[in-house]
Amino acid sequence: MLYWHPFTAQAHGKLMQSLNTYRAGPDERGHFGIFGGRYVAETLMPLILDVERSYAAAKADPAFEAEFRQLLAQYVGRPNPLYHARRLTEAFGGAKIFLKREDLNHTGAHKINNCIGQILLARRMGKKRIIAETGAGQHGVATATVCALFGMDCVIYMGATDIERQQPNVYRMKLLGAEVRPVQSGAATLKDAMNDALRDWVTNVHDTYYLIGTVAGPHPYPAMVRDFQSVIGDEVRAQILAQEGRLPDSLVACIGGGSNAMGLFHPFLDETGVRIIGVEAAGHGLDKAHAASLSGGRPGVLHGNRTYLLQDNDGQIAEAHSISAGLDYPGIGPEHAWLHETGRVEYVSVTDTEAVEAFQRCTRLEGIIPALESSHAIAYAGKIAASLPADHLMVISLSGRGDKDVATIARALGDIHLGGLV
Amino acid sequence: MSRIETRFQDLKAEGRAALVTFITAGDPDIATCQSILDRLPAAGADLIELGMPFTDPMADGPSIQLAAQRALAAGASLAATLEMVAAFRKTDNSTPIVLMGYYNPIHTWGAERFAVDAARAGVDGLVIVDLPPEEADELVPHLRAVGLDFIVLTTPTTDDVRLPAVLANASGFVYYVSIAGVTGTASASESAIEEAVSRIRRHTSLPICVGFGIRTPAQAAGVARLAEGAVVGSAIVQAIADTIGTPATVTAPLALVEELAAGVRAARR
Ligand SMILES: Cc1ncc(COP(=O)(O)O)c(C=O)c1O
Repeated sequence: MLYWHPFTAQAHGKLMQSLNTYRAGPDERGHFGIFGGRYVAETLMPLILDVERSYAAAKADPAFEAEFRQLLAQYVGRPNPLYHARRLTEAFGGAKIFLKREDLNHTGAHKINNCIGQILLARRMGKKRIIAETGAGQHGVATATVCALFGMDCVIYMGATDIERQQPNVYRMKLLGAEVRPVQSGAATLKDAMNDALRDWVTNVHDTYYLIGTVAGPHPYPAMVRDFQSVIGDEVRAQILAQEGRLPDSLVACIGGGSNAMGLFHPFLDETGVRIIGVEAAGHGLDKAHAASLSGGRPGVLHGNRTYLLQDNDGQIAEAHSISAGLDYPGIGPEHAWLHETGRVEYVSVTDTEAVEAFQRCTRLEGIIPALESSHAIAYAGKIAASLPADHLMVISLSGRGDKDVATIARALGDIHLGGLV
Repeated sequence: MSRIETRFQDLKAEGRAALVTFITAGDPDIATCQSILDRLPAAGADLIELGMPFTDPMADGPSIQLAAQRALAAGASLAATLEMVAAFRKTDNSTPIVLMGYYNPIHTWGAERFAVDAARAGVDGLVIVDLPPEEADELVPHLRAVGLDFIVLTTPTTDDVRLPAVLANASGFVYYVSIAGVTGTASASESAIEEAVSRIRRHTSLPICVGFGIRTPAQAAGVARLAEGAVVGSAIVQAIADTIGTPATVTAPLALVEELAAGVRAARR
């Protein structure tokens, strides 16, 4: 259903002129309103334009689409269930809660959806060497996995801090044949890993494809990653129609760069009746160290796009903090920045402590160990569900499984012994 | 005529190329950096590139990354960078200064206001690494309005089809990044540089300066035979890093600049 809504013309430029939909972006220069774009070194520009052309051609090629769909079905295990979580529903005491089970995908998170799409593109472009950044290690594992599947060389950049807190994933990547390069600069987390990945790309531009793991980076990445992840929302639509006979009333997803959220949200953006909520990481609290770029940042330019960033008054980028490595990033995908400014999506935040509580609750009540990232979405759902009626259908993106997080959780719960063991 | 134009015209009359030196503003601290900056022309720098420190220098190798970290830790900022230029201008009104860095601090300052403030401080041009022609519209008109040059980067990947679009915004000089890579790592061969420079010349009459990977007087001399300028950055920054905490922090980089200048001056064109 299309409808009109009040945009401020100045903020949204060309894209907006014909706009009666939230799903038309980006424009031909990769802008979502004032956000997005291609702020990269000249060395990379020709390659980025090539990625854009190649992706446009792939998108128009039914054989590409068919291979993507086939791998999602047979290799990733899609569609994954939309699960009615009865005990969480009961505990929250209001809205009817559904979990979209991205944790059941091969490799344990939504990240693989995008990796399948991009590895097919890289192969089409004749690239033999793949690089990627990773925070939680889920994107690194998914990238290493598709590289193993397609026989490509794989180098993963990962902050030294994240290597420490996501050990199981580091070893998985190595088993899969990837080289994991520790990044020491800055706070040694996701932002720094992305800097080093970009440095590698500039240096190896002739044979290397950068497989970005979220809806950020220069155009066409935010749109491309969104397209590959939209399978999440497309499935939810079909599943809830089949299970409940109608569309959901609300969608809730956590946001690092924003790819699982965008994948869930995008197919519903023009459904006015659907309330859409993105959950950022409030870390120790919005007045302390956190990773909530929309709640606590302002527009700037980093890693190839204009978006909301945590930064100081001099435009120096601030270090983010979240207990969850996958959300520990001072920026957010540009389309989210735009959806925030248009008011279509609500962006809220959840602290480390609240996320750890939600992690435990989901684990105990449903027998599902959620990723710490996804636990942020569960925590926020828990805050609002009680105020909503029992016939309110709420879909939470369970973006990944929490096996990788058990040591972090043990430490957070003060279980020093267990923290050292696992 | 701008300082940059005048300088290249004078050097042409002298029959030699320019030595362009890079240091990061505020490295290792603002006072020491000012001492180095003020003495660069006497040591033989013909143009000065002053790096605007940024937390996330995506196109820089370890030497310049660490320089930015040292500068920021010492309290450097974009405002402090402009103050350093203004102080330099009290004693030198002819050596061109080009600010080099990343877009976000300028975006934060406000592109239009920054152009005005930079011109007032005595800046002559800007090189913004992460502002390709596709996005340059938001800055270039403001620079033009106050007479600042937008110095474009061309690279080994900028082919003949793309060069005209890249050069459309250019003024002052053209900066040829001679390798695909980050600063302070590999060096291009002289033959590769020669070929690239003559290719760029077919598209522009602006002076061409070549940078990335030039570390020694011999390399600088080699480039000085082929182009209007040789840019040296990481080697000078490393000379600062190697002597931090000693009096040589000022003299060591300047001694290197003297050697580089001798190389460039010996290479008559
Ligand atoms: C399970 C899981 N969820 C969410 C995220 C955050 O990324 P995005 O916001 O792109 O979905 C990550 C990132 O590592 C993740 O591993």
